[in-house]
Amino acid sequence: MTLKIVASQCTSCSACEPECPNVAIFEKNGTFVIDPKKCTECIGHFDVPQCAAVCPVDDTCVIDNAYPRYQPTA
Amino acid sequence: MHASTQHETSEAAVADKLAEAMQAKAEHQGCGTSGGSGKASCGSSAGQGDLPTEIWEKVKNHPCYSEEAHHHYARMHVAVAPACNIQCNYCNRKYDCANESRPGVVSEKLTPQQAAKKVLAVASTIPQMTVLGIAGPGDPLANPEKTFQTFELINRTAPDIKLCLSTNGLALPDHVDTIAGFNVDHVTITINMVDPEVGAKIYPWVFWKHKRYTGYEAAKLLTDRQMLGLEMLTERGILCKVNSVMIPGINDKHLVEVNRAVKSRGAFLHNIMPLISAPEHGTVFGLNGQRGPTAQELKALQDSCEGEMNMMRHCRQCRADAVGLLGEDRSAEFTTDKIMAMEVNYDLDSRKAYQALVEEERVAKVAAKQEEMEALAGEQSDIKLLVAVATKGSGLINEHFGHAKEFQVWELSTGGAKFVGHRRVDLYCQGGYGEEDSLETIIRAINDCHAVFVAKIGGCPKADLVKAGIEPVDGFAHEFIEKSAITWFKEYLNKVKTGEMEHVVRGDAEIRQGALINAA
Repeated sequence: MTLKIVASQCTSCSACEPECPNVAIFEKNGTFVIDPKKCTECIGHFDVPQCAAVCPVDDTCVIDNAYPRYQPTA
Repeated sequence: MHASTQHETSEAAVADKLAEAMQAKAEHQGCGTSGGSGKASCGSSAGQGDLPTEIWEKVKNHPCYSEEAHHHYARMHVAVAPACNIQCNYCNRKYDCANESRPGVVSEKLTPQQAAKKVLAVASTIPQMTVLGIAGPGDPLANPEKTFQTFELINRTAPDIKLCLSTNGLALPDHVDTIAGFNVDHVTITINMVDPEVGAKIYPWVFWKHKRYTGYEAAKLLTDRQMLGLEMLTERGILCKVNSVMIPGINDKHLVEVNRAVKSRGAFLHNIMPLISAPEHGTVFGLNGQRGPTAQELKALQDSCEGEMNMMRHCRQCRADAVGLLGEDRSAEFTTDKIMAMEVNYDLDSRKAYQALVEEERVAKVAAKQEEMEALAGEQSDIKLLVAVATKGSGLINEHFGHAKEFQVWELSTGGAKFVGHRRVDLYCQGGYGEEDSLETIIRAINDCHAVFVAKIGGCPKADLVKAGIEPVDGFAHEFIEKSAITWFKEYLNKVKTGEMEHVVRGDAEIRQGALINAA
C-alpha cells in the first residue's frame, strides 16, 4: 500500500511536499500527488506518515488500497 | 542557495535557550518600557513624541506599526507561504473567495520570483508603498525557503522597502538569526494564550519535529516556543507586534494576562482583534456558533490593556495578498498575469521625492491638531464620547456618508481626540446581493457614537441618523479630523454646560463580519 491525496480535498498548501522523506510528493494540475512507486508510508523513517500528520484537511492523505502493502527490505 | 540554511540555530542550542529562558523569567524589557512609567512610550498613535529616534525611524512609515503612518503609507503582502504547521479553530484554508478579505485568504499563491516582480510593479505604481510583509496564507516560517528567498530577491532589487513577517511563532526560534540577517525590523507573532488549558480550546494540533501534537501538549509547546521567539527577537532589537484574536468565553479575560506576558518580554505593540467567525467560512468556530465580541467588549479589553502597553486599533485584518493602504485593497490590479506583462521601472528617486511630500502633509496635520489642543486647555469635564468619521485618508474628513465602506471611530475627551478603531459598513457577499437596508447596517455599526463626521450627506440618511440619536456633522468637510473633532467637542461641552442639551450615554455597536465586496 501507499498513501494517496484526495484531490477534491487538497488545498494545495504544499505542507506535505517537504515533509516526505522519500521525495514522493509533487504538484500536478493544481493539487499535490504522491508517487506510489516512491511512497513507503514513512515506514522506517517515522512513526506516522508525515503527509497525513501535517495535512490541514482531515482524511485527505489516506491509504490507497489499490496498491499492495509496502514491505520494508530487511 | 537559501539563506535559511545558513544561519539555522541548532536544535540543541534552542532547547538550552528554552530552559534558560524559562528560568530567567524574562527580565529584560523592550523599547521605551525602561522609561520608568511602566508603559512603553513608543507609540502606535501620533507622531514621534518621546519615542527614541532609532525606534521612530523604524515605525514612522510602517502602516501597521504606526496609526499615524497608516494614513500615508501603504503595504503589500505576497502570498508565497501556503503551508502551515499548526491548526487554528478560526481558520479554514479550504475556503477562498476573491470577494473576501480576512487573514488566511488569498486568490493565488506566488513563487518567490513572481513575488519579487510583483513588489517592484506595485512599488513603481504606488510610491507610498513602503512595506512588504509575508503573512501566509499559511505561516511564513513553515515555508522558510520560499520566505527567505523572497526577502533576498527584494533586498537586492528594492533595498528601500521594509521587510516584515507575521508568524504563529512555532518555528520562530529556529529562524531568528536569519530574520535578523535580512534586516527585518518588524515581526508579528499571533499569541492567543499563555495558558495551555486555554490554548487547547483554540488549537486542535501543532506539527513539530515530524510529529503531530494535540490538546494541552500542543498548546504548551506552542506557547513555550512563542515566548522564546519573542524574547530572542527583542534581544536583537527587532520590533515585535503581538496579534491576539479575542474569542469571547475562551480567551477574552485571559488576554489581559497575555498582554502582561508579552509586555514583560519586550513586545512593542499589542493588536487585539475580534474573532471572525461565520458558518460559511467553514471554520470550527464558524460552525459551532462561537460568536465574536461586540464593539464595546473589544474596546473595553483594549482599554484595559492600554495602561500596560501600546495597543494597535487600526488593524483591518487584511488578506494575505492585500495591496495598498490599510482599508483599501488593490490586489486585483496586480494579478500574476498583469504584473508579468508590466514594464517595470523602479525609480528610487521619485519614490523618495513622493515620500518627502507625504512628510510635509504629516507635519501640517500635527500642527493643526496642536493648535486646537491649546484651545481645549482649561476645559474640565468627565464626558468621554465616541464619534465616527468618513475619510478617504490623509487625516481629512473627505468621504461622503453614502460612499464610506468603513468609519474611523475617535474617542473625545478634554484630553483630546484619540483614534480607537474602525467599523466596517460594506456590504456582505451574499450570492451577489447586498443587504437591502444598508443604512440600518451603518447605524448598527456606529450605534455607540454620538456623531458622524462626513464630507457630505443626503437628507434622508441625515433624518434617520438624527432619529437614531447620532448627529450627522457635515460642517467640517475636507478639514483635518482631529482639529474638527476637538472643535465640535468643545461646542458639545458648551451646550451641555449651558443646559442647551443633555449628555446621554450611547449603547453598544456591532462588529461587521463576513466577506468584503471590493467593487465600489
